[in-house]
Amino acid sequence: MTAAERDAGTGNEALNGAEVLLRVLDEEGVEVIFGYPGGAVLPIYDALFKQDRIRHVLVRHEQAAVHAAEAYARSTGKVGVVLVTSGPGATNAVTGLVDALMDSIPLVCLSGQVPTKLIGNDAFQEADTTGITRPATKHNYLVREPGTLAQTVREAFEVARSGRPGPVLVDLPKDITVGKAPLTKPALSRLQRLSHQGGPDAEAIARTVEAMKTAKRPLFYTGGGIINSGPEASELLRRLARKTGFPVTSTLMGLGAFPSPDPQFLGMLGMHGSVEANMATHGCDLLIALGSRFDDRVTGRVDAFSPNSFKVHADIDPSQIDKIVPVDVRIEGDVRDTLEALLEAWGDTPAPDLSTWWNQIASWRSVDGFGFTQDMDPSAIIRPQHAIRRLYVLAKETGRDTFVSTEVGQHQMWAAQHFQFDKPNRWLTSGGLGTMGYGLPAAVGAQVAHPDALVIDIAGEASTLMNIQELGTIAQYRLPVKIFILNNHYMGMVRQWQELLHGSRYSQSYSEALPDFVKLAEAFHATGMRATHVGELDDVIRRMLAHDGPVVADICVAEGENCYPMIPSGAAHNQMLLGPDQDSEAAGLTEEGKMLV
Amino acid sequence: MTETIQHSVISVLIEDESGALARVVGLFSGRGYNIESLTVALVDAEQKLSRITVLTSGTPMVIRQIKAQLKRLIPVHDVCDLTEEGPYVGRELALVKVVSSGDRRTEALRIADSFRARPVDTTAMSFVFELTGSPEKIDAFIELMRPLGLAEVSRTGIAAIGRGPSVFHLKKEPV
Repeated sequence: MTAAERDAGTGNEALNGAEVLLRVLDEEGVEVIFGYPGGAVLPIYDALFKQDRIRHVLVRHEQAAVHAAEAYARSTGKVGVVLVTSGPGATNAVTGLVDALMDSIPLVCLSGQVPTKLIGNDAFQEADTTGITRPATKHNYLVREPGTLAQTVREAFEVARSGRPGPVLVDLPKDITVGKAPLTKPALSRLQRLSHQGGPDAEAIARTVEAMKTAKRPLFYTGGGIINSGPEASELLRRLARKTGFPVTSTLMGLGAFPSPDPQFLGMLGMHGSVEANMATHGCDLLIALGSRFDDRVTGRVDAFSPNSFKVHADIDPSQIDKIVPVDVRIEGDVRDTLEALLEAWGDTPAPDLSTWWNQIASWRSVDGFGFTQDMDPSAIIRPQHAIRRLYVLAKETGRDTFVSTEVGQHQMWAAQHFQFDKPNRWLTSGGLGTMGYGLPAAVGAQVAHPDALVIDIAGEASTLMNIQELGTIAQYRLPVKIFILNNHYMGMVRQWQELLHGSRYSQSYSEALPDFVKLAEAFHATGMRATHVGELDDVIRRMLAHDGPVVADICVAEGENCYPMIPSGAAHNQMLLGPDQDSEAAGLTEEGKMLV
Repeated sequence: MTETIQHSVISVLIEDESGALARVVGLFSGRGYNIESLTVALVDAEQKLSRITVLTSGTPMVIRQIKAQLKRLIPVHDVCDLTEEGPYVGRELALVKVVSSGDRRTEALRIADSFRARPVDTTAMSFVFELTGSPEKIDAFIELMRPLGLAEVSRTGIAAIGRGPSVFHLKKEPV
């Protein structure tokens, strides 16, 4: 029995706004809120205290509440919910909101606001939250009338989850949550005009399948849209790939939609993508983009991107089509429906003979762009790629459902390259915004959503310090997350760019005065471990995985390691830097590229 | 793909709610699109819809992006590129203050007459002319007034509507 049903007999007894809010959240199926209290949201916290249907997870910083909710959403397919107070509570949440906007994560962020009468008076802890978050959200609301509260919150959920998902903020002045408010019945959505009518365009599907039947060098380029569309979309992608025999490459956000170990999978494409994925993207004659958005980290130099291919772009957000790269066929709609239509139109057509194309791919694959040499002498320095590969192998041996979050930087790219995923929704990373400090709170959110799963934050020592306070949240809720720090004493990606583009002048990128991560873990009631040499690595990973509580593993890795392959900014996909010995100018590393991010 | 810069007049029907205009303006500034002029007013009190007319410029790809991005805004009901959809009427209103005397004053009044600009305020030393027309016509008028004591200009920006019986907001039947 839902709370709404309980009330049905008694009518809407006088509820205050905060109680109405919680009733609507309950109706929307909300089980967990990530938040932090403060003056403007005290009525909501009071209402939370008096009920037991919705659980509240107290974070240590509002940014972390948003990242935790993002990971909760990404790993469950539900809408993540955040509750923060006015002023600094809301402004602290902004980074997380933009992160969710860039990566299309469905969130509802409830923020307190000073009472309606004080708005505009520079009141204590007042900020123009709807003004500040307007470009940081898919949409936002300021509730000014108690009568609109219930419907506004319902609509916020609808906006967050419909179409291309994204974060929605609802700003709640304190008089609205304190005062009486009606629990209005759900009204007919005014958003129906926004929903995509019908399936994908039949002609576009026919033209695509026509191109698929005649292509000699086809390629699927899949993105986070497949994950957002739900596990069924991943399943349909797998079926389409089997039926056609086409190779598949994925963006960072799309990892897991297609099984990484599958021979048809070429790995991630883009700046730190695999040789075979990037060369295939450059050389294909048919590129089918599915739920991906031609991000600059994917395309490199746009005018040299996949220069000779017929391009199809399927996306739920029409504004993404023809935004960066002009395409030949546009398919608007949910990628799940598009995949279904493509499968149906393909029918029982036998897979075409693509052996020449696959032979070409095999020769690129043999370059082994992700390769490295680990000295296996027990006293040898650990190479970060080796640490991730061992983590993958040993985690897989546990047989447990595994979720991996990352921070941002080299370790993130190495994780994308060396950790393998065979299911969607298991990979939690900050793609579009590149938010350092994402991974630790994301691990919190994933572990809250999946209490029995193995949740690992693959971290760098610099990034993880940005939200290290969340070790407190981990301790409070006894979340057994594993924080696997690849500690190279540098902001590694900054250091790498400084080496390649700024004459090895390592300006401010050395991680000076680091804490002792083992002691730090202990101070937060977690278990600390350290591996300084290859000989200790497997043992530390095994003990970390076997431990039933939170662990911080400080993995001391080679300081000067760079992440390869690398397409320097402004270069084309066939101009990858494969390793440190390569002539950087020949690889398209130009003064012009230096201007780019 | 042509990279020529084109001008476009885009009409947007948007719910008349707090912050709606800021969403549109913020979209243009945030994504680096041009606004050459912008007008906004409530046009449908019953449905609470405002109509925004934006004069913008960009490559064809940018113009398409502007329209697609506008359509993503939740309060936006419809977006119409009048430049693309066919002939349209675009009009701007200007109030032009001219302060002068003697021959210059007479000449200002004579030119105003030929432009069908109406003096809406007259003193011994000044006129305020009201003028409607295309932005080009208003530009021309202002240039002619410059040597004749041009003192102050207020312009509304262009308001535009398609020619012929078809209507842009399809949800409503043409009357």
